Amino acid sequence: MELSTVIAGFGGQGILFAGKVLAQAGLLEGREVLWIPSYGPEMRGGTASCTVIIADKTIGSPIVDRADHAVVLNPPSMAKYAAVVAPGGLLVVNTTLIEAEADRDDIDVLEVPCTAVAKQAGDDKLVSVVALGALVGRRRFVEPETIHRALAVVLGDRHADMVEADMAAFDAGYEAGLEEVIA
Amino acid sequence: MTVVDRPASARPHSAAASRAHGGDAEDAPQRVLMKGNEAIAEAAVAAGCDAYFGYPITPQAELLEWMARRMPEEGRVFVQAESELAAINMALGASAAGARVLVSSSSPGISLMAEGMSYMAGSRLPVVLVNVMRGGPGLGSIGAAQGDYLQATKGHGHGDYRVPVLGPSSISEAIDLVREAFILAERYRTPVMILADGILGQAMEPVAPTFKTLAKRQPDWILDGADHREPRVLKSLHLRPEDLEAHDIELHEVYQQIAANEIRWAGERLEDADVLLVAYGTAARVARTAVERLRDEGVRAGLFRPITLWPFPAAALREAATGARVVMAVEMSAGQMVEDVRLALEGAAPVFHHGRMGGMVPSPDGVVDTMRRVLASSEEAAR
Amino acid sequence: MTAAEPVTEQEGRTIYRRPLLLSNPTSYCPGCGHGIVHRLLAEVLEEMGLGAKTILVGSVGCSVFAYDFLALDSVESPHGRAAAVATGVKRFRPDKVVFTYQGDGDLAAIGTAEIVHAAARGERFTVVFVNNGIYGMTGGQMAPTTLAGQKTTSSPRGRDVATQGYPLPVTEMLSLLPGVHYAARVSVADPGHVGKAKQALRRAFEVQLEDKGFSIVEVLSTCPVGWGLTPTEAMERLRDIVMEAYPVGTFVDRGRGIAPALPQPGAAHRSITEGF
Repeated sequence: MELSTVIAGFGGQGILFAGKVLAQAGLLEGREVLWIPSYGPEMRGGTASCTVIIADKTIGSPIVDRADHAVVLNPPSMAKYAAVVAPGGLLVVNTTLIEAEADRDDIDVLEVPCTAVAKQAGDDKLVSVVALGALVGRRRFVEPETIHRALAVVLGDRHADMVEADMAAFDAGYEAGLEEVIA
Repeated sequence: MTVVDRPASARPHSAAASRAHGGDAEDAPQRVLMKGNEAIAEAAVAAGCDAYFGYPITPQAELLEWMARRMPEEGRVFVQAESELAAINMALGASAAGARVLVSSSSPGISLMAEGMSYMAGSRLPVVLVNVMRGGPGLGSIGAAQGDYLQATKGHGHGDYRVPVLGPSSISEAIDLVREAFILAERYRTPVMILADGILGQAMEPVAPTFKTLAKRQPDWILDGADHREPRVLKSLHLRPEDLEAHDIELHEVYQQIAANEIRWAGERLEDADVLLVAYGTAARVARTAVERLRDEGVRAGLFRPITLWPFPAAALREAATGARVVMAVEMSAGQMVEDVRLALEGAAPVFHHGRMGGMVPSPDGVVDTMRRVLASSEEAAR
Repeated sequence: MTAAEPVTEQEGRTIYRRPLLLSNPTSYCPGCGHGIVHRLLAEVLEEMGLGAKTILVGSVGCSVFAYDFLALDSVESPHGRAAAVATGVKRFRPDKVVFTYQGDGDLAAIGTAEIVHAAARGERFTVVFVNNGIYGMTGGQMAPTTLAGQKTTSSPRGRDVATQGYPLPVTEMLSLLPGVHYAARVSVADPGHVGKAKQALRRAFEVQLEDKGFSIVEVLSTCPVGWGLTPTEAMERLRDIVMEAYPVGTFVDRGRGIAPALPQPGAAHRSITEGF
């Protein structure tokens, strides 16, 4: 098994954080993981992205040309990453900010108003965590309980007070991911 | 990933099988996620680095920041220098005084350090220098690249010297190689370079949380004041040509020893390979995935991965390429290591190159496409 | 008493003895000031009992062979980088006495960044800055310290300040920095000034031993060959012209309450934590 996830959006949407949580969850489940951020000027105000690979063997290419999952949180990310999803892969679209339709019929598209869900869950800054929840809800390649543990690890003692809100946002996204399946 | 430490003639080693943790949850919680830059820094701290000198530059800034916190915690020397020129020369001074020294930078800063590296090589001063390569030439880009291969392995500073260059392709390997680099630097009294890139520096991977230590040495050449002994002079100046030639010969005898004893490389799926990819660092990981995809298509591909870029594992590569129809170098450059591949093979197999540059990184499918075209044209030529 | 028999202490007193640290006769040109400065350093370090714990950081220029004449542990620096090299040595061996020996081309041209930042950091080493206003080793070219109008091989019509700029008063500039605890300019123009030069060197090493900050002694010196003068003429020029342009004196000795007579920087050097 080797599954790659690209998470992309505006800087400030918690893109790198969500990726770290996913990577940490993979690690907690005893897998090989790799997390790579986009770095430098594009972090400041522009589009941020990160790639997470979770595998049960040594990870090869850090550059993902066939993503199993892409999570896009703003229109430029949609334009850039919808095409990167491998056939049969999953595209999670934040419909609060993205109006465009994915022009793909060979992939699974999960539309979730992540920003709105995050606001309902208590904090719209947690949009990436909601999207991560939706991703895991639809494709359970890591256990939601592991994500809860990973949130605590990544937030650490310094931000321990934020764990609860993050878990709530993740759970809300997870529910949205499950619901969409039923619908 | 395992570092292969064996003579060039030894049997190839399959690194892919060495650390497949899949589902092995028992020991997994022991590992922690670390950024490459930070892991390299902490590996140096664990290896007993006494002094670090650096200057901020993307994509290696986290290395400097890590040392800014950790070195004072350990009661060791940290100085943020006014330039890379100053940083390498602070390293020169500390090394002369007997310190185990690390410096780090990225491509443009490494160019500035070339002067100091030449002096340190000439003065036989050990230091470990980390280059987290970015795109060039000039200010270039901050994206990951491998455009400094020739600079690192063929020259860098002026004069008749060599520097061992180690190219890690994963964070855990980088941790091992930092310690190896200190061992080599002190064993041979030479600068040693770790040639990494922006992806390795910025990525996070799981690593074992405790890093290996390295015993301290007591060399008889360091400067600590001529107390009840003759004064010592550490210098690279030998004004009389006959003196300098003698000194250069001495240096080259050391380089020959390094070339004889310290070559490191790794191979994957070489046993039956008739198509050989050669790559180091991040490009080697892309090539690994390309090898898998080529195998899925029925092409018997293998990967040869040099770990010491100088000395280049030429004999091992020649052996690995025995019977290969095609050899292709995969690099994040316009074609630099490929020159060493050609030199090593001496025409024994046709050598091709696939490269992206400027901060662009080859994709596995890009490598596969090029290989398909190479194979098609060589089959056509054979007809 | 035959000539071969040594004079015992009871029979006479030593009026001349080569300092033990001055290991070899120097090979400098006749009338060059480097030999005087070497001897002063050897005397001061020997009198202070520091020879066995001192590390010399050499530089590039005529004094590159200083380690051949001074019996000290020594390391050579690339051109201009002595202050950075000394930073590395002293940071790792704070218990040793470390000094750089640099000329004006090395320190005031190619090594400006290194000397300024070492001073700004208040590095605990001593700088011996020998200023003869010229690049001696490479054939007498113009240095940053070359006087206005002075002819050199690269300012054949005399230094034109309109195109070649003004002489750089490095020691005065450095004395502005709070990290600099001792900065003085001395001269080797005559025996009186040589004596003062020795006192300044001694003071600079004392400041280093006190572990208070950076110390620098600029020694105005000669280059008869580069200046196209006889040794005697060179000494006269040093006294009458060079010392006129570069006044000698102690610019800073913070331990003795001598602060620079130049504008002080504002509060920028105070730690921001003081306000909290």
